[in-house]
Amino acid sequence: MAIDRDTVARIAALARIKVADEELSRLAGELNKIIGWVEQLDEVKTEGVEPMASVANMKLRRRKDEVTDGGIPDKVLANAPESVDGFFVVPKVIE
Amino acid sequence: MSELTSLRIAEARDLLEKRQISSHELTAAHIAAMEQARALNAYLVETPERALKDADASDMRRKKGETGLMDGIPVGIKDLFCTEGVETTAGSRILKGFRPPYESTVTANLFKNGAVMLGKTNMDEFAMGSSNETSAFGPVENPWRREGDNRPLVPGGSSGGSAAAVAARIAMGATASDTGGSIRQPAAFCGIVGLKPTYGRCSRWGMVAFASSLDQAGPMARSVRDSAIMLRAMAGFDPRDSTSADLPVPDFEAAVGRDVKGLRIGIPREYRVDGMPAEIEALWKKGCDWLTAQGATAVEISLPHTKYALPTYYIVAPAEASSNLARYDGVRYGLRKDGETLEEMYENTRGQGFGAEVRRRILIGTYVLSAGYYDAYYLKAQRVRALIARDFAQAFENVDAILAPTTPSDAFAIGDKADDPIAMYLNDVFTVPASLAGLPAISVPAGLSAAGLPLGLQVIGKAFDEECVLCIAAVLEAEADFKARP
Repeated sequence: MAIDRDTVARIAALARIKVADEELSRLAGELNKIIGWVEQLDEVKTEGVEPMASVANMKLRRRKDEVTDGGIPDKVLANAPESVDGFFVVPKVIE
Repeated sequence: MSELTSLRIAEARDLLEKRQISSHELTAAHIAAMEQARALNAYLVETPERALKDADASDMRRKKGETGLMDGIPVGIKDLFCTEGVETTAGSRILKGFRPPYESTVTANLFKNGAVMLGKTNMDEFAMGSSNETSAFGPVENPWRREGDNRPLVPGGSSGGSAAAVAARIAMGATASDTGGSIRQPAAFCGIVGLKPTYGRCSRWGMVAFASSLDQAGPMARSVRDSAIMLRAMAGFDPRDSTSADLPVPDFEAAVGRDVKGLRIGIPREYRVDGMPAEIEALWKKGCDWLTAQGATAVEISLPHTKYALPTYYIVAPAEASSNLARYDGVRYGLRKDGETLEEMYENTRGQGFGAEVRRRILIGTYVLSAGYYDAYYLKAQRVRALIARDFAQAFENVDAILAPTTPSDAFAIGDKADDPIAMYLNDVFTVPASLAGLPAISVPAGLSAAGLPLGLQVIGKAFDEECVLCIAAVLEAEADFKARP
């Protein structure tokens, strides 16, 4: 499956990364090379093999449902590019 | 002063213990050396004032007899580890200026054990690279040079700053992290020891995430014993990391010096890849002879899916990265580039904040996870990953550990592979399989290439058997008697 300019534009939009039009062709070429190379996995017979998401085959631990952290709004906001009155500020979302 | 910076951690620990040196002297010597070695670009942030303060506090503790495992030992911290109040960028423009309001578990453990932080070491952006050239803050130079060629070489990556700092004697040890080889490959290129522990041995909490099912913190140092000391000070169960292993931390140092008599060492035939330089093959053979001379038995083994490890990795890791790096949105921390709408702000921030390699991997990851391709790429890769892990499990029914080269070549020049992503990815051909299987593995400097550059041998062990890995590594180290310096 070849990746064309439109595909790059589509995945860049999905990934929320601005890609200039003049970069689309070059990126398509790069990604095609990499995808073409990983496609050698098609040679491997994997019928009946369970996908492995993690080597840590452990059940997720549970803990008591109680607050162990918090009450530090200043610390939480300290690195925000913009904040007002204890809130993160973003461009207007609702008119 | 130069003598102080050449000490190994174990030696410095003994001198500190006997009050023959102070942590203040030791730390001051390193700070002076760091200033002389700035051209390497190994450190992104230097923290000399804090280092001296921490060193003085260590000297005070020693007077009271309340010392930890690494008390007073000056180390570098890879910029992937969040350090409270000290800028942490993971080598990315998008995190420029980020001062974490918390401390990673690994660094907290080290500091609890008395280690002194000299600064934050440079790295490939978000640990995505094998040469440290993807850092937004410039490449790191390897302190080594080829004989008769003064071109600067890469230190390897992604823990290139840590490796260069330890090799250049501007840190006694350094933290590092390994996702596909990022501890072992730079250790090999810089002539030092790099240990990737079993997945789950060191907490991932507070470590900037790249590919969470693979990321594992570990130490870099100038001896196997030093790596063992440092790992013990870094490791341990952490309830804040859901994949942290709830196991006691052994005294890893006790494994150093144990003999290898009767151990069965696997030699994987699939690691004899096409085009492998003769000097790498010869070194591998030598390593095998060293171990058998000490009473171990070499056994040829097969890991049939080895050649598929790299393509598997280059689906799994970018997929996880594309998800992990979604958090950089210009809202809560780091860079923001304004836009008319929220969407535009996200796109501008991420478009300008991420470098070329990170962007490439996010796009690959997004592609292989997207509707219609998920089964063909991502699930397929996860199935092959299971086969790779099974290969190792089967091999370990018959052997105690595996011996292999760390890298297919010695260090290359800055710029030589920067234009060809796949050529760069091939650096990790011998390190990625153990990463996918979550196994502990170490690189030990074992000899010099024809060009006079260090080469490493790798020992891969069973899960949570770092002790066996360390004991074999220590024998290789003793036999190799690697004394060359950059």
